[in-house]
Order: sequence, then structure tokens, then C-alpha cells
Amino acid sequence: MKYILLMSGTKTGVDTYHSWSQKDIDTHMAVLTSVAKELTESGEFVATQGLSEPAEAKVVRGEKNGMPVTDGIFPESKEFLLGYWIVDVATPERAYAVAAKISAAPGPGGVPTNMAIEVRRFAAHGQSKSE
Amino acid sequence: MKYILMMNTMRAGHGVPRWPQKDLQAHIAFMMNLNQGLRESGELVSAEGLSFPEQAKLVRAGKDGVPITDGVFPESKEFLAGFWIIDVDSPERAYAIAAKASAAPGPGGAPLNMPIEVRPVMNAPPPEML
Amino acid sequence: MTKPWDPTSEHLLRELAPQVLGTVARRFRDFVSAEDAVQEAMIAAFTQWPQEGIPDNPRGWLIQVASRRMTDQVRSQIARRERETAVAREVETMAPPVDIESDMDPDDTLILLFMCCHPALSSSSAIALTLRAVGGLTTTEIGNTFLVPEATMAQRISRAKQNIKASGVPFRLPSPQERAERLPSVLYVLYLIFNEGYASSVGAHLQRLDLAREAIRLTRCAKMLLPNDAEVAGLLALMLLTNARRAARTGPDEELISLTKQDRTLWDQVEISEGIELLTAALSKGSVGLYQLQAAIAAVHDEATRVEDTDWPQILALYELLKRVSPSPMVTLNHAIAAAMVHGPLKGLELLRTLDTDARLSGHYRLDAVRAHLLEMAGDYEGAIKHYRTAAGRTTSIPEQNYLTTQAARLDDKGQDKKTHAPFNQNTG
Repeated sequence: MKYILLMSGTKTGVDTYHSWSQKDIDTHMAVLTSVAKELTESGEFVATQGLSEPAEAKVVRGEKNGMPVTDGIFPESKEFLLGYWIVDVATPERAYAVAAKISAAPGPGGVPTNMAIEVRRFAAHGQSKSE
Repeated sequence: MKYILMMNTMRAGHGVPRWPQKDLQAHIAFMMNLNQGLRESGELVSAEGLSFPEQAKLVRAGKDGVPITDGVFPESKEFLAGFWIIDVDSPERAYAIAAKASAAPGPGGAPLNMPIEVRPVMNAPPPEML
Repeated sequence: MTKPWDPTSEHLLRELAPQVLGTVARRFRDFVSAEDAVQEAMIAAFTQWPQEGIPDNPRGWLIQVASRRMTDQVRSQIARRERETAVAREVETMAPPVDIESDMDPDDTLILLFMCCHPALSSSSAIALTLRAVGGLTTTEIGNTFLVPEATMAQRISRAKQNIKASGVPFRLPSPQERAERLPSVLYVLYLIFNEGYASSVGAHLQRLDLAREAIRLTRCAKMLLPNDAEVAGLLALMLLTNARRAARTGPDEELISLTKQDRTLWDQVEISEGIELLTAALSKGSVGLYQLQAAIAAVHDEATRVEDTDWPQILALYELLKRVSPSPMVTLNHAIAAAMVHGPLKGLELLRTLDTDARLSGHYRLDAVRAHLLEMAGDYEGAIKHYRTAAGRTTSIPEQNYLTTQAARLDDKGQDKKTHAPFNQNTG
């Protein structure tokens, strides 16, 4: 079953991240890289993606005169998606375990960030194969 | 360039639409045709729907890395209902596709104008696997 | 001399894959490395043969290329360990003789099927490994089919092989007793591949392999190798009888069309005939297994030219048998539907009540979906709408969700129509 692991944050949170020391950033990235490697070796890795700054984000609401109606406002406090992982695992518990690993990735001083990761199951394109 | 188009419209407890049959069929057909068109133009990388918020879990690392899972979210939280990843030639094309998706017909055939968040996807390759 | 590559060539190449693997694995006594080497030879063939034509002895060509890869590997391993030339000489004698064909054993494909469908492997590993080693598909093709990256799929297959190696399964035919124990796993893997192909055929995944066809091909192969096994024949019959309906299952917008509403002129009569023939022969052998029973039910449906000609009493009897042979909540659900068709919806609803306390079904969408269908039959539209919507909220399949919400909407519309046409309705004037 495929799951998406969503990592969200606020602008304040991201600014804080950017103020980490290079060493702390490198250590953090090294842990995420090793999670990705582990998932590839176990045959569970589907994708991982970081998303660009919300400054480049637009919200589109319908069309007017054939043109998209866009809006680029992202309040400071609004949570936005930072990135995600997609995994293909045998059980929901395994998806939570992977999320926990990512959540445990260290921040400044080696303290786990303990980031809250939303875990959502993909809807299937085909029929259920329960029979 | 790759973009992610996110439909953030789900709310916990709101469930499946209760529209008249023909409006429902029109909506489903619209989405199928949109996706088919993107497949044929080679712009669709993936299109996924997510299961309902009732099944969503928030996970944090607990002691010794054991997951702490929680199914409680703030009342006002909007959930991701689904997303498209497209590969297009310009941001304008990405917004145009989002606009089309956003204007999908709802009850009475009127465009829903759902808010769709459009974000560039970073082009960095995935982490090196040994 | 070469033969030109044509549309059937891919099929030929795939058929050769397990034969080549059997020969090379036996010669080098190393299934794990042989499988990688054969995969590389297959890729080389797929690249070169369309340009250069098919060699006169395609099997020999593949064996040569795979064997060369094996000896190269052994040589480089030796170089890395800096062994003596005496050892290098040993490698020379390991090189395949010109007459390697005599090493081929017609049972190799069967051995591979049993190895790859080993009960020690998880279903997804067994499926991936079977598709590659027995099906001759490339890692990329399999990855595309399951929508995972190639590197991930390659690792799944690699781990599956390591598990086989660790379990010490020898490269030989299982004994009759082992075979009886392990055949169910083989059939189950083949059934899963079919189901993956058939159920996932909704949605235009144009790059995806026709898995249902592949499952049928592999099961035909199994039947050829085990011609007297009734359950193998039963499984093949079930696949054919199910696949026969494929064209009628989905509408123009990829919407699901239920069995009772399908356009039967779109059903494949050739597959239906073959399925019925296979089933009849299998049933005459006396024992009645799970796949044969399921095939029999499919056959009764497929034999009805019009939905109103469906022999529901026969289907009901078959479900009663299935309930005794292999009881499960899913069987009970289907039994309830059949009972409703023969004895009326209230009878079906009565049978459903036994499932309300079954923990295996709690929260499962199908219980609500079947209940909704029976309530509709009984004329309780309000109840049906409620359960269709509950089911829609519980399924994780998009086409099913669409189907269920559409059914609810259809009934809701009916109810609304009744309301607007009601006499003395103050709201409509």
C-alpha cells in the first residue's frame, strides 16, 4: 500500500531552519539520506521531494475570461507543505515507523526535531483486491 | 519544469459529495478527461487521490524512536485531498492546468473554483543511494 | 543467419527466459547470480535483436551471454581475492561446453515456479521475482507496472533471492509431498498477479504491462507442466472466465459497470468457451477445490446471454458449497447476494446480520455496499442511500468510490422526483 508522509511548517519554522549551523544541517540531511537508502534497500522507496519556498507558490481559484485567477498570498503563520516522502509498505504500522524515523532526525545540538508528520494512504486507481 | 498542484479542500467529517447523479457524473467525467488530456500531452507525471482525513495520522518520534501516532487534528485544518505532479514548459501552463482543475463542475454544473496550490518542485535528484 | 524481429518475438524471448535460467543456474549451481546474469542477457537481447535480427539459436545465444557474465563475475571475484593461476584454470573448465543444450531439463520452468512462489517470501516479493525469473520481464517493466522506481523493484527482487538462498531451497523439483504443500502458494501468487492486472485495469495506465494476460500465460505454462492437477486447471479457467468480461467492466469515463448491468455482447466468447471446457475437464477429476468452485460460479454468470437468464439457484448452491469448503466473510457477502436473488432481499439481509459482529469486516466498505444493494432491492431507498454513502467513505478505491456515490445519487434523485411529483406539495405549488 502506498502512503504519503507530509512534512509541513510555517515561515517562522523555515527561517529557524535556515539559521542552523551548516554542521547541524549536514547532520540532519545525512540522517534523511540514510533513511532514503534504507528504504531503497528494503524495496519500499517510491519518492521523496522537497518543495520550493512558498514565495514561489500560487493559489489558483478557477478561471475568468479563460485566464487563471491566481493569488500569491501566504500569511506568515499559515502552515505549508515543505516536502513529502512516498513509500510502498506492507502495513500502516510500517508507514508510521518510517515517519517516526524521519521525525527523529536531529536538529541543533543533536536534539530530534520531533516534527509532526501527517501520514495519508493513497487511494487506489483500481478496484480493491480484497477477495 | 515540474510543479505540484495540491487540492487542499478536505475537512474532517465532510465525506463524499451528495450532489444529483448527473452532476456527480459530470464531475467525474471532467476529472477523467483532464487527466487523460495531460497523459496524452505527456505533461502528467502523476495524479493521486488520498484517503479521507478520518484515516489520517499525525506521527512523531517517541522514546527510542517508537512512533507516537495521533488521529486528532485541529477543527479548522484543511486536508490534502489529492495532487497532480506535472511537467510543463512554463509556470503559465502550470497555472492554466490548475485553473482548469479548479473550475471542475459541481452541483448544478457550476464551476467549483476549488483553491489549488501550485508549487514548483525542486529539480535536485533524489539522495544518492549507494 | 538471423530472423527479423517482429511483434511475436518479444513473446518468444519471454518464453525462453526460464529455460535459460534453469540451464545456467544448474550449470553454475547458483540461482541468485544466474538470475541476474540471465536478466542482463535478456536486456542485451531486447536491445540487439530488434536491430540485428534474431539469432538462429536464440536459446543458445542467451545461455552463452549469461554464462559469459557468470564466468566474468567469478573471474573478477577471484582477481579481487588475488588467488593463484591454478584457480584461474579451474574457471576455464567451468566455461560451458559447446553442447550446453543437453543440460536443459524441461522441468526447469516448474522448478523456478516453485522456487519463486516459495511460502517464505512475502506476496509482493514473490510476485516481482516470478514476473522476472519465470515471466522474463525486465525490472523496468515490473517497476512501471507497480509504479515504483526501478531501483526499488530491483532491490525487492534481490532481497527475494537472498531469502531463497538463505532458506536453502535446492534447485530441483519438489518431492510429491513438498509439491502438494507448496502448490497452493504457487497458485496464490499467480492468482494475485491476475487480480493485480484485472482489478487495476481500470484507469488508463498506458505504460503498464497487461498483467492479467501475463498471469494467464504463466498459468497456462503451469498447466502444461502439471497437466493432471485439477486446481491448476481450475485457476486457469477462473482467469479466463473473469478476463472474458474485461471489455464490459468499464464505461466511457472509466466508470465501473456492475456485472448485472454489463453489455454482454462485449464479453469474449472464445475465452468463455475455453474456460468452460477446462472447468468441465477439471471437475470430472472428482475433487473440488477452491479455484474450481470460483470458476464454476464465474461460468454460470458467463453462460447467461442476458442477465435475466442467470441461473441464480445454481450460483446459490455453489456459494453454499464454497462456504463449507472455504468459509470467509467475503464468501458470506456473496452468498447473501445470491440468496437475495433466489429468495428475496430480506433473506439476503438476514444473512448479512451474521456479519455485523464479525471483527474481520468491521469498518470494511463491502458490508455497507452489499447491504445498500439489498436495501435498494427491498425498496428501502433511504437506508440504501445511507449505506452507499458510508461504503463510499470507507473504500480506498477511487473507481469504487465513484460507483458508490453515483448509486447513492441515483436513488436520491429518484426520491427527489417522488417528492416534487407528490400531490398537494406546498413547496412546488
